[in-house]
Amino acid sequence: MRSGSARVILGIETSCDETAAAVVTEGSVVRSSVVSSQVDLHARFGGVVPEIASRAHVELLTPVIAQALIEAGVEDGEIDAVAATYGPGLVGALLVGVSTAKALALVWDVPFVAVNHLEAHLYATLLEDPSLALPVVVLLVSGGHTMLVAMEDHGRYRLLGSTLDDAAGEAFDKVARYLGLGYPGGPAIDRVSVDGDPSAIDFPRAMRDDGYDFSFSGLKTAVVNHVRKHPHVVTADVAASFQEAVVDVLVAKARRAAAEVGARGMCLGGGVAANTRLRERFLDACVEDDLHAFLPSRSMCTDNAAMVAAAGWWRLRAEGPSPLDSGAEPGLGLPLLVD
Amino acid sequence: MIEARSSSVDDTRAVAAALAPLVRPGDVVLLAGELGAGKTAFVQGLGAALGVTERITSPTFTIAQEYVGHLHLHHLDVYRLDHLEETLDIGLPEIIDEGAVVVIEWGDVVVPVLPRNFLEVRLTFGAGDDDRHLALSPIGTRWMARSRALADALAPWATSAGGGSRC
Repeated sequence: MRSGSARVILGIETSCDETAAAVVTEGSVVRSSVVSSQVDLHARFGGVVPEIASRAHVELLTPVIAQALIEAGVEDGEIDAVAATYGPGLVGALLVGVSTAKALALVWDVPFVAVNHLEAHLYATLLEDPSLALPVVVLLVSGGHTMLVAMEDHGRYRLLGSTLDDAAGEAFDKVARYLGLGYPGGPAIDRVSVDGDPSAIDFPRAMRDDGYDFSFSGLKTAVVNHVRKHPHVVTADVAASFQEAVVDVLVAKARRAAAEVGARGMCLGGGVAANTRLRERFLDACVEDDLHAFLPSRSMCTDNAAMVAAAGWWRLRAEGPSPLDSGAEPGLGLPLLVD
Repeated sequence: MIEARSSSVDDTRAVAAALAPLVRPGDVVLLAGELGAGKTAFVQGLGAALGVTERITSPTFTIAQEYVGHLHLHHLDVYRLDHLEETLDIGLPEIIDEGAVVVIEWGDVVVPVLPRNFLEVRLTFGAGDDDRHLALSPIGTRWMARSRALADALAPWATSAGGGSRC
C-alpha cells in the first residue's frame, strides 16, 4: 500500500443531507467537488429525514464519485488515498460513505482515512486560504452544532463553548418552519430578511456577554410568543429581527474569545456561515479588531467533500491511515486538547 | 389526567425532576407540545434528576441521544420523521426493548408504533409568556398504577386546590 507521500485524495461526505465526492491535491488544490443536494427530497419534511437520507446516499454516491473522478481528470492509479466522514452525523448515512471509501481503498490498494466532519469544516477555510495565522478562534455553526473553538495548531483544538440547547442552524430551521418559510430554514430566513427591519423586534440575546456557551431555545420561544401575540406582524421583520439576534450573539462571543486567547484571526465554518448577515458582521468585526478573517466561500460552508479530502490529507500526514475496521461514530466530537 | 402549571423554564425542569423518583427502567415518556413549549427543558430536568451530568441538548439533528445516570436515558426527537415506518430506521423498537428510560419529543405522532404503556406529557402555552400547562396522561396498567403517586409528586404545581383531576 502506498502511503506517506500521498498527494491526491478522494474525499467522500455523506453525514447528513448531502452526497458529495471531491478530488483534492495536497490538501489545497480542488480538482473537483461534486455535491448532489438532497434538499428537494427534504423540502416537504422541514428537516433531515434519516431513512430517506441513507437510501438516497446509496443511490447517489456511485454516480457522484464517478463525476468527481471524471471532472478531476484522474488517471488510472492516480488516487493516493480515500477519505470519508465517519462522524458526527446520522449513523445510516455515515455508513454509506465509510463503507464505500473502505471498499475503494481496498480495491485501489491505497490508505483509507476516517475524517471528523467538524474538523473538515475547519479545513474548508484552509482550502481557500492556507496562510493559517495561529492561533485562530473558530466559530462553527450548523444545523447540528454551535461551537466556539480555539485552534492552536493542526489537530490541536480547545473547546471554549457550545450550545446548551438548540444549535444555531436548528433555530433557523425551526423558526423558518414556524413562520411558514420552508426548508432549509437558513437560506429562507436569509432571503426574507432582506425586506425586513432587523430592529423591528428586540428579541433576547441570551448569554451574549456571559461565557462562551450558547442558548437559542429561549429566542425560538420568544419568536413563537411574539407571533402568537401579534398575528399580523410582518414576517420579514420577525425573520430579520430573529436573524439579527442570532448573529449578534455569535459575533459578540467570537470577538470576545479572540481577544481572550490572543487570536490572530477568526474563522467561520458550517452551513450557517453561508448566512449573508453573519458574514457581513463577522467581516466587520475582524476589520475593527485587526484580525485575519477566514471566511470560506458559500459553497464550502455547506457540507461538501473537498473539505473532507483536505482534512484527510492533513490527518494522513499527521497520523497515518485509519484501520479498515473503524466504523461510523454518530456522536463524534472534535479531538480536543486536554487542559 | 394529572395537571400541573409551570411558570418558567426552570419550573418545567423542576416538575420533570419531581417525576424522576417514579421512573423505572423500561418506561416510555412521550412529550407533546408545539415549538417552544418546553419539551427539551423537561428532558433536561428529568435527566439531571436521574443523575445525568452530561449536557442534554436538543436531539433534533441527531434524532436519538443516549445518556447515562442512575438509569440509562434515551432522548429521542421524531420531529423530522414523516412516515411511521421511519421509526424502524431509527431503531425505535430496539431502543424501547433495551430496558432504558425512553423519552420521545413530538412522541404523539408515533403512538401507533409504541407499546400500550407510556406516560404522555402534553405541554401547552399559558397566559403569560413563560407560563405552561402540563397535562400528564398515564396510558396502560404500567403507568395507571402510578397515577396517585404522580399526582402526589406534582401536587406543588397542581392547577386547582384539589390537586387536579385524577384518572
